[in-house]
Amino acid sequence: MDFYGINPAVLIASLMVASVPIMLAAIGELVVEKAGVLNLGVEGMMIMGAICGFITAVHSGSPMLGFLGGAAGGAVLSVLFILLTQVFLANQVATGLALTLFGLGLSSLLGQGYNGIKPPATKPLPFGPLTDIPFFGRILFSHDAMVYISIAVIAAVWAMLKYTRAGLILRAVGESHDAAHALGYKVVRIRVLAILFGGAMAGLGGAYVSLVRVPQWTDGITAGAGWIALAIVVFASWKPWRVLIGAYLFGGITVLQLNLQASNSFPIKIPVEYLAMSPYLITILVLVIMSSGRGRASLNAPAALGQNFHASR
Amino acid sequence: MNRRTLLATAALGLGLSFGGAAEAQMDKVKACFVYVGPIGDGGWTYQHDQGRLAVEAEFGDKVETAYQESVPEGADAERVLTQMALSGCNIIFTTSFGYMDPTNAVAGKFPDVKFEHATGYKRDHPNVSTYNARFYEGRAVQGTIAGKMTKTNKIGYIASFPIPEVIMGINSYYIHAKKVNPDVELSVIWAYTWFDPAKEADAAKAMIEQGVDVIASHTDSTAPLAEAAKTNGAVIGFGQASDMAEYKPSPRVSSIIDNWGPYYVKRVGALLDGSYAQVDAWEGIPGGEVLIGEITDAVPADVKAEAEAVRDAIAAGTYHPFTGPLNKQDGSAWLGDGEVSDDGTLLGMNFFVEGIKGEIPQ
Repeated sequence: MDFYGINPAVLIASLMVASVPIMLAAIGELVVEKAGVLNLGVEGMMIMGAICGFITAVHSGSPMLGFLGGAAGGAVLSVLFILLTQVFLANQVATGLALTLFGLGLSSLLGQGYNGIKPPATKPLPFGPLTDIPFFGRILFSHDAMVYISIAVIAAVWAMLKYTRAGLILRAVGESHDAAHALGYKVVRIRVLAILFGGAMAGLGGAYVSLVRVPQWTDGITAGAGWIALAIVVFASWKPWRVLIGAYLFGGITVLQLNLQASNSFPIKIPVEYLAMSPYLITILVLVIMSSGRGRASLNAPAALGQNFHASR
Repeated sequence: MNRRTLLATAALGLGLSFGGAAEAQMDKVKACFVYVGPIGDGGWTYQHDQGRLAVEAEFGDKVETAYQESVPEGADAERVLTQMALSGCNIIFTTSFGYMDPTNAVAGKFPDVKFEHATGYKRDHPNVSTYNARFYEGRAVQGTIAGKMTKTNKIGYIASFPIPEVIMGINSYYIHAKKVNPDVELSVIWAYTWFDPAKEADAAKAMIEQGVDVIASHTDSTAPLAEAAKTNGAVIGFGQASDMAEYKPSPRVSSIIDNWGPYYVKRVGALLDGSYAQVDAWEGIPGGEVLIGEITDAVPADVKAEAEAVRDAIAAGTYHPFTGPLNKQDGSAWLGDGEVSDDGTLLGMNFFVEGIKGEIPQ
């Protein structure tokens, strides 16, 4: 079942793995933005998660503790963002950018001495005979726990936003914080919780990079994945399942273009330049198509996105 | 001539004479380095920083060094270089191909500062020197190992950018693999980055999934080796730029080590004792700038001996990795029997040799 040396089952299985970091970071940022906060520090929180997760895993010998450490690292860095934007009411865009720069520097400092160390290996979940099912076994039952957890998080966020009271309140805060405040909801407290969740998810995504995708620590290991995650939130027009589609699309094209390059027998020779830019090109293309549809409303952006709130206003 | 211009001329003359004196001999040199990645990359930039430390160890108090990491290739580099020149650097090493134009542009504005550009070919001003290492010599050794070790007859090369330096490496790697294994087939992936661990790992993964079992990389991180390590010995690779010893004995079975220290020490020393002159340096295995890291026991003894024979022949100057008969990819003749490529062709290399599939992005 190979197409010119490319096995579709293997391809789909690898795109699922390649998409995990951006998917986790994007779903976290989606919740943050749904609460009306724009945190551009995803890249910084991801790389903090990558180094904190790596350090925890190396010292504890347990990848699972490593992932928890990564989530904690991302959440701790987001506390800085909370302090600046929710307490001191600083500009969210500037604070987010500063958070990224700070996270990159701090992770480099923390990572001193961790170059060249191998973390404990994360094993695929044991599915027994299920893994041997042709085609679907490779796609569905050959991954480590984080691949399934990332999909579960998407489902949980979707259900929470759509069906629960907590989700309704979160959306209300993001659409009109004044109205939510007038109804007696604690706007700042809800936003703080959302930002912490976003930080933890970004950290988890970062830890996946340093523990599974590239099992090592090198400075700047996330290499811009946080920015892609931010784009995917817009791409998904703030809908959880579309985050999954966006992440798989981006991850899929990235993996596919590398496979096309490696395959010598593929009949159509697409110039490498076009292959290399294709993930970004297609992301932009989909963004353009989606925003051209039914006017701005179809973009679905939370109305209070990026605006600071203070009860005295 | 009025008094003001007279003074200006005198000042200029004084400046020139001081400048001349300074060039003759210096008591203390400030050497600055511009890095394309972080020192912690474990590869390219790490080795340049080892060179910087060698300079410090050699000259002690007579030298002061400074560096900046992760400087993007392009307009930012020009800003960093200007800043360094203004802050009193006497000699500035720019350690990546993409700094070529910024280096020459800034060098024109600071004629008293020496600029040393790695892997480039432009020397627009008398104060710009270039230096490079003949990495393709190391690739010949790797190719020999790859051709012998592959079981699937598929070998891979993770390339960064389509520049002569990388193309040289690909050709040398392929020629020597083909020499020991005529059935070998090469896959090339252009990553379009020097440093992006996740992407490098993905590229290695794509190759492994298509049956490639020996991977050489021309990017800066250890990620391809980390990916190969997941296969429990089925796939091997090589350390690139640095020894990458943490992946010994397998998947890292050998390595190319860039040894910049001797060159940096020589150049800073020349600036101190006044013998400094513009050069176009291109040393390889014979000069010690390219070292072949230990070939591990994962490689059978006869293959190891063969690879070491290639290395020793290059070191002794009896063998050139680009020796004819060799054809270009399109089948046209390049080198006749026994003919050796000249450096000019190598430095401008923009073609694959016969047998490599795929195209070089133009």
